Amino acid sequence: MSQVHDRSPRVPPDGAAAVEVSGMTKTFGDRIAVDDVSFSVARGEVFGFLGPNGAGKTTTVRILGTLIAPTSGSAVVAGIPLVPANEAEIRRRISIMPEAPGLYRRLTVTENLEYFARLYGLPGRQARIREALDAVDLGDRAQDLCGSLSKGLRQRVALARTLLNDPEVMFLDEPTSGLDPVAAHEVHGLINTLRQRGVTVFLTTHRLDEAERLCDRVAIMNTGLRTIGRPDELRHMLFSRSLAVTTAAPLGDPDRIFAGLPAVESWRDAGTPTAVPAGASAATPSGYVVAVSDPARAAPAVTRALVAAGADVLSITESRYSLEDVYLELVEDQEGAAR
Amino acid sequence: MSINATRIGAVVRKELTEYRRNRFILSTMAVLPVLFLISPTATILSIKATASSSRLDTAVGFSLMFLLLIPLLIPSTIAANAVVGEREQGTLEPVLTTPISREELLIGKAVANLVPAAALAYLIFGVFLAIVSIGASPVIASAVWHAPQLIAELFYIPLLAAWAIWVGLAVSTKMSDTRVAQQLSTLASLPPLALIALMSFQVVKPTLTIALAFAGALLVIDCAAYRVVARLFDRERLITGTKPTARTQSSRRR
Repeated sequence: MSQVHDRSPRVPPDGAAAVEVSGMTKTFGDRIAVDDVSFSVARGEVFGFLGPNGAGKTTTVRILGTLIAPTSGSAVVAGIPLVPANEAEIRRRISIMPEAPGLYRRLTVTENLEYFARLYGLPGRQARIREALDAVDLGDRAQDLCGSLSKGLRQRVALARTLLNDPEVMFLDEPTSGLDPVAAHEVHGLINTLRQRGVTVFLTTHRLDEAERLCDRVAIMNTGLRTIGRPDELRHMLFSRSLAVTTAAPLGDPDRIFAGLPAVESWRDAGTPTAVPAGASAATPSGYVVAVSDPARAAPAVTRALVAAGADVLSITESRYSLEDVYLELVEDQEGAAR
Repeated sequence: MSINATRIGAVVRKELTEYRRNRFILSTMAVLPVLFLISPTATILSIKATASSSRLDTAVGFSLMFLLLIPLLIPSTIAANAVVGEREQGTLEPVLTTPISREELLIGKAVANLVPAAALAYLIFGVFLAIVSIGASPVIASAVWHAPQLIAELFYIPLLAAWAIWVGLAVSTKMSDTRVAQQLSTLASLPPLALIALMSFQVVKPTLTIALAFAGALLVIDCAAYRVVARLFDRERLITGTKPTARTQSSRRR
């Protein structure tokens, strides 16, 4: 498995970058939190930032959010170079939702949002607050004290806060953490709405299904950048395409059946499948993984060859790898190397 | 660096709303001043009209000096919680992602603390004078009303309160535990009281020049203190708990 660590900024093919990071490193004393990271996020893109705990995700977000300074390297955020003189302007154009909601528990939902609206110097505060609350479906809880809200509701208030200033770039750190499935689904819907409005969303998450569903591209971090790309690109980059073949009984001479078929590269015995297809005979079913270059060409050829050899074919499916497989492959690969 | 009054106003408004709903702050503001009223009132009321003038002067000096503990101790306790408290409840990070500067945040917190603390100190001072006028003998009451410290008290209340607030805020930006911050800021806010005590007890002759010079020095310190405290307010350390590295420090001075 080749390790992917591209040191040059990857500028998305379409449009100018909303966030561009070049050779960014951050150390805390002797500890390297972020190591020479370079990447680029296009305007309007939903960009997933994945990695294990302590991988440097939050540190990266804090740097890009002007909260802490990088030890070395440079960045452009919302089209503005990240230098001390530009920080206030960058903060006007972005919003950050930290992992902890960070709400004043003795203030009501509206009072919390009003405070932040004033800090941003927003005109038409009440209308914006109403809009933000409606977006997270919290209009009826506007006068509740934040201390009386559940964790999930507080998370939604924090999300409403990030909408107030109509940001160009939103940094969301685990936005669905602590939310029930329905609320998480609503947040996903909100992120999709933001995408349609052209807002760039920088999404830090542990939920790989969430990243796969929402993100145009994902980056996998583990102090350094491990890889970056569209979820399906990463799958293809890391895993060869294959067909999972299950027959009712072991094949007599698999090598003779699979060898020389169009688009078939190799095969291996996968043993007895854990899930035996319905209708399987009493004989022990057998599984085979056939590496292919083009499943659409290989599958009919494999089927014909199996039938011609007299095999009872129970199933032929293309193997699917999830983003989780990609993540585990990369992170475990690096952790294994470190050990 | 420009200071934005709207953002300062937002901080003041938010802080005052929180004070009103915080039992700890309300009880501190309600109980402590009353406690500090008991001793000076009792001292004045217990003096006989026939007491010697030196004893009377000492008693009046002690009582008025004691009342100055109110503008020192109440705001220092509350200011000590201002930054470290936000850090503990996780609200500091979202606030620092907005365009507010650290100077605006600190000034807002100082003003929000100064207004109720000074108002309370004046109120207690007024209550003290009212009790003395009603309860003490006319000779004693007259001695209090004509004491030179009385005018000084009026000027020193806001000046000492502001000093205590900046000391409290400075401690609050450096500490990571609220209780430690409160204890330290209370102690650190007391030094000006030493000079006032020396003047109250006539160890240092309380001339108008000394009183004015001291008040002027406090005023200058109070007005410039936000710059000093702002330099202590290091975003990176407050958010990550880690001291910034060399390059980080050079780019953090804003």
